[in-house]
Amino acid sequence: MPEKKTFKITHNRKWCKDCGICVAVCPKKVYEIDRGDRHAIVRSQDCIGCQMCVEHCPDFALTVEEVKDE
Amino acid sequence: MRLDFLRSERLPNIWCPGCGNGIVLHALLEAIDQLQLDPDKVVLVSGIGCSSRAPAYTAFDNVHTLHGRAIPVATGIKLANPDLTVIVVTGDGDSSAIGGNHLIHAARRDVDITVVVFNNYNYGMTGGQASPLTPDSSITTTTPNGNLDRPFDLVNLAAGAGATYVARSGIYFTKHLVDHLRKAIAHDGFSLVDAVAQCPTYFGRFNKKGSAGQMVTSQKDWMVLKSVAGKKTPDELAGKIIIGEFVNIERHAPESAAAPKEQA
Repeated sequence: MPEKKTFKITHNRKWCKDCGICVAVCPKKVYEIDRGDRHAIVRSQDCIGCQMCVEHCPDFALTVEEVKDE
Repeated sequence: MRLDFLRSERLPNIWCPGCGNGIVLHALLEAIDQLQLDPDKVVLVSGIGCSSRAPAYTAFDNVHTLHGRAIPVATGIKLANPDLTVIVVTGDGDSSAIGGNHLIHAARRDVDITVVVFNNYNYGMTGGQASPLTPDSSITTTTPNGNLDRPFDLVNLAAGAGATYVARSGIYFTKHLVDHLRKAIAHDGFSLVDAVAQCPTYFGRFNKKGSAGQMVTSQKDWMVLKSVAGKKTPDELAGKIIIGEFVNIERHAPESAAAPKEQA
């Protein structure tokens, strides 16, 4: 069985406007809205790299890259 | 999408949190990237409105014109320099109301430009007034008791005016949107893509459509693929809109006949 891939999520806080679209579109519930009404990356180990959040981010604030250990 | 297509110093953009315009712009840049166009040969032309701010965030050449007059300027650019890829970035009000006449006549002349309509169903920049694409009985600032008028069907309007490539897609279906934008840009002739976005600040709030995230994901429920829609009854399709490619005719545009491209 192939090993589970890991992904690095980069979140540009300066560009993000906390709209919550990434929370709504993520199929693995990687993001969550915290008490301060700001969303946070809480389960990055669950990310499957589908790029849904990247494609749906209106503020170009997210990038998801596969982590390759050499 | 290549990040060097963006003017990073201009970001964050001015759009409200959850605005769909950014998603359409992302898809447009992705389509340009997939076509591997020379960034120096791409021109984005826009009119006035929320959507028309989009070219200012891209590294391509862009012209910000008068309200509704993006298509005449784009026609001029294309005629003066047919080597350029000219894309008009426009909103629903900008293209169908103020620039409605330019839209149908550019379609009739079959100018080789691509019109990308960022359709958020109202005039977002000025406070959420009704546009010609606002659906029947929707609440906006100018129609507080519900819109009495029927909306334009932009796809049929463009097809009836003679556009040779017409497609509609939604921002939830980003792969579908990128696919059709790519085909529209590569198409030789007038092409129009109706990209259905959302305005959570005005249209969504007045019509109780929920948060920005709910508005994006709800597109799954009220959009039907054209291939699937053929098998459904009219009752099942009530209140839904069909997405997909509606017109795709290959014919040479007038200016490509005047200045024929060299065949390899």
